[in-house]
Amino acid sequence: MDFVKLINCMRCGMCLPHCPTYKETFLETASPRGRVALVRKFQEGELVESEKFLEYVSLCLDCQACASACPCGVNAGELVAEFRCERKQEQGLSTMEDLILRKLVPHPDRLEAATAPLRLYQRTGLQKVVRSLGLLKVFPAALERMEGLLPKLPEAPLRQTINEVTPAVGEQKGTVGFFLGCVMSLIFSEASLATVELLSSLGYKVVTPKDQKCCGAPNMLGHDIDGLKEAARFNTDLFQSQQLDFVVTDCGGCGAELKKYGHHLDGEAAATAFSTKVRDISEILATEAGTLKEKLKPLPLKVTYHDPCHIAHCQGIRSQPRALINLIPGIDFRELPEADACCGSAGTYNIEKPEMSDRVLSRKVQNVQKTGADYLVTSNPGCLLQLKKALSEANPPVKVIHLTELLQMSLNA
Amino acid sequence: MEDSFIKALSEIVGAQYTLSDPESLACYGYDSTPELQSRPGVVVLPGNSEEIARVMALCEGAGVRVTPRGSGTNLSGGSISFDSGVVLQTSRMNRILEIDEENLTATVETGVITSTLHREVEAKGLFYPPDPGSMNISTMGGNVAENSGGLRGLKYGVTDDYVMGLKTILANGEILKTGGKVVKDVAGYNLNQLLVSSEGTLGVFSEITVKLIPKPQTKKTMLVHFPQLEQAALTVSHIIAARIIPATLEFLDRTTIKCVEDYAHVGLPLDVDAVLLIEVDGHPAQVEEDAAGIRSICERHHCSFFQTAASTEEALKLATARRVALSALARVRPTTILEDATVPRSCIAPMVKLIQDTAKKYDLLIGTFGHAGDGNLHPTCLTDERNPDEIKRAHQAFGEIFEATIAMGGTITGEHGVGVAKKKYLPKLVGESGLKVMRGIKGAFDPRGILNPGKIF
Repeated sequence: MDFVKLINCMRCGMCLPHCPTYKETFLETASPRGRVALVRKFQEGELVESEKFLEYVSLCLDCQACASACPCGVNAGELVAEFRCERKQEQGLSTMEDLILRKLVPHPDRLEAATAPLRLYQRTGLQKVVRSLGLLKVFPAALERMEGLLPKLPEAPLRQTINEVTPAVGEQKGTVGFFLGCVMSLIFSEASLATVELLSSLGYKVVTPKDQKCCGAPNMLGHDIDGLKEAARFNTDLFQSQQLDFVVTDCGGCGAELKKYGHHLDGEAAATAFSTKVRDISEILATEAGTLKEKLKPLPLKVTYHDPCHIAHCQGIRSQPRALINLIPGIDFRELPEADACCGSAGTYNIEKPEMSDRVLSRKVQNVQKTGADYLVTSNPGCLLQLKKALSEANPPVKVIHLTELLQMSLNA
Repeated sequence: MEDSFIKALSEIVGAQYTLSDPESLACYGYDSTPELQSRPGVVVLPGNSEEIARVMALCEGAGVRVTPRGSGTNLSGGSISFDSGVVLQTSRMNRILEIDEENLTATVETGVITSTLHREVEAKGLFYPPDPGSMNISTMGGNVAENSGGLRGLKYGVTDDYVMGLKTILANGEILKTGGKVVKDVAGYNLNQLLVSSEGTLGVFSEITVKLIPKPQTKKTMLVHFPQLEQAALTVSHIIAARIIPATLEFLDRTTIKCVEDYAHVGLPLDVDAVLLIEVDGHPAQVEEDAAGIRSICERHHCSFFQTAASTEEALKLATARRVALSALARVRPTTILEDATVPRSCIAPMVKLIQDTAKKYDLLIGTFGHAGDGNLHPTCLTDERNPDEIKRAHQAFGEIFEATIAMGGTITGEHGVGVAKKKYLPKLVGESGLKVMRGIKGAFDPRGILNPGKIF
């Protein structure tokens, strides 16, 4: 780890009011400034990797709100993740981590096969039986939590059904590669279909290579930097072999990771060139605002927007999604208090740290309710999973949809 | 720290609010002051006045030293425990107890965040003006203990202009109530004002009552470039002499301008000596008149560019240069030493010149920005803590700057406090008699010397 990154922290505390775990605990050890101090003291040999130490650093959601707030450009979330990656490289992956991060995640066919029973489970009505009998109570808590989060799955993963080439409607103004996120494809295929429809209706030919693999974000979450590099190399080669103006994704987490391939592969030319082509769907659509506006039809809805961490903090995209929502005639847009605060999903955090995740989530739900909106729009599958469940149970319930689904609704209204 | 003592503390505040693991101690061993760190013996987070009182009584009885701490944004080492004592962390006490719209006061617990109070009172059309740079995280208790200033100090004054009443826990655990909601009060010594800026050495605040004023109806923001430093400084003096009191009158020097431009690309010219950010507020007619007066004074002093914001968004844009000044400087080198030398405002030009000459003499990079209207400057030395020679030169340079400040009739700290960082300069400023009186006061409040020892003097 580059020690300068640690000493750049001048301990001003500007990160504290932006850190979800600090806001919940008011504890310095649960703050970005505290975590930088802990990692620095470890590097300086003043602290050892005790159980407490690991507990404190692993409480970080890696939402990177601290990075947005830091005056001196320190990214405490990333530093903590980097530290944990280095430790993991020294210690090696556990058998379970190896199974998930190396043998399952990078192989879309296996991932799809592994989730097939879930589809069956929902479709045969087994889910209803299991839930009504309370059978999940006998499973470990983490499993019960995962099952509860799962919305209705599409009949088949989008990767299996989508055309590799979707032609442009009307005159073609460019070609984009579509990076299909695993969770988007497996669970939110309708939103991704909307993304493709929007792009093609605006004159883009959309190429969706079927061989693409997971972006590597789960490897980063599991602190498996070598697995991440492998994913980066594979996807770079695959997409760079095509003539593409941009590589578009509608998954905030994938976008953030893809934009960092250049960094992950130590500045390799191909990876850097790939990363500079990556765009979140909102970035592309915002440049087409004029054309899009003519196509959109009125939607009389009260809408608010939640900034996914991977969109706002990691990619600095804040104005585009709001501008796009406001393009829709008749929409009543209401700004969400603390809109760019994490929802508590944070990859697998909501499974690993359920207590803190729930506290962070409950603050988000309260803020959504303050807006009085009927719809919450966001653009990251983790947030969609977490918020769909929580807001469907809220009183009154709030519908949660992807940005492209809202735009498609207006397009087809 | 003995286990039995830690146990006794945890019986008062609860085990989960008594922290003694090495990781926690490391995280409460710093504040925002560069270079200074020291691990406390234990950290407690009391939840109410009663618990603070019991903690203090226990500590005084055992002769254990206590350092109160808000959010740890102190810039003079004031919230660091240097003798392995107790850090008394107030962040759990964060309730706004009352906003009294009839008396125009607000009463808050000590750990309330300054900007939270701003938001709550502004929602009711009221205004609490002190706005220190750290207002989004600093606590009201910390602001009172340091008598924090801010960007609006020129027109609206600083924290002590607003403190009306305090509930303070003394070293022996007794509760002292001073002042209240009355506008006039001359019953005995003015203990309220004495406690403000006591830097945690006289007592621990648990509740604070502050004065509120009506929220200004409107404001206007202006950004002005000056090719020559002297002209910028003269402009500051002449605006005040013309009986115009802007809410904000901020200054950026050439080094700061360059760093801001490199970092934020806000379109600042690199060939000017100074930029002033000026904001006037109040009744719309008054604001128009003041803005026009300021424009003519700036033009008379050969400003090269004068811009008035047409909208709130544009005002924010104009203020960007000042808002990002510290960030821009802080990114240049790893260690940022931020000072707050303050001179009578007529001395702004010679002071800035002296800082620049001193930086050259000691081969240092120092950017200066700050509250020109108050004479309160923030010379900021950009250095690297791993370079002991450069750090030594930085301290020598600041030593000279402080001497010159005192010679000009100024003070060594306008808003950051003495703490430990400026202790050695205090005797020169207040003299033997000043120190003697201060020691006497300290003895009257805290005879055993357990409250934030080693700070101020």
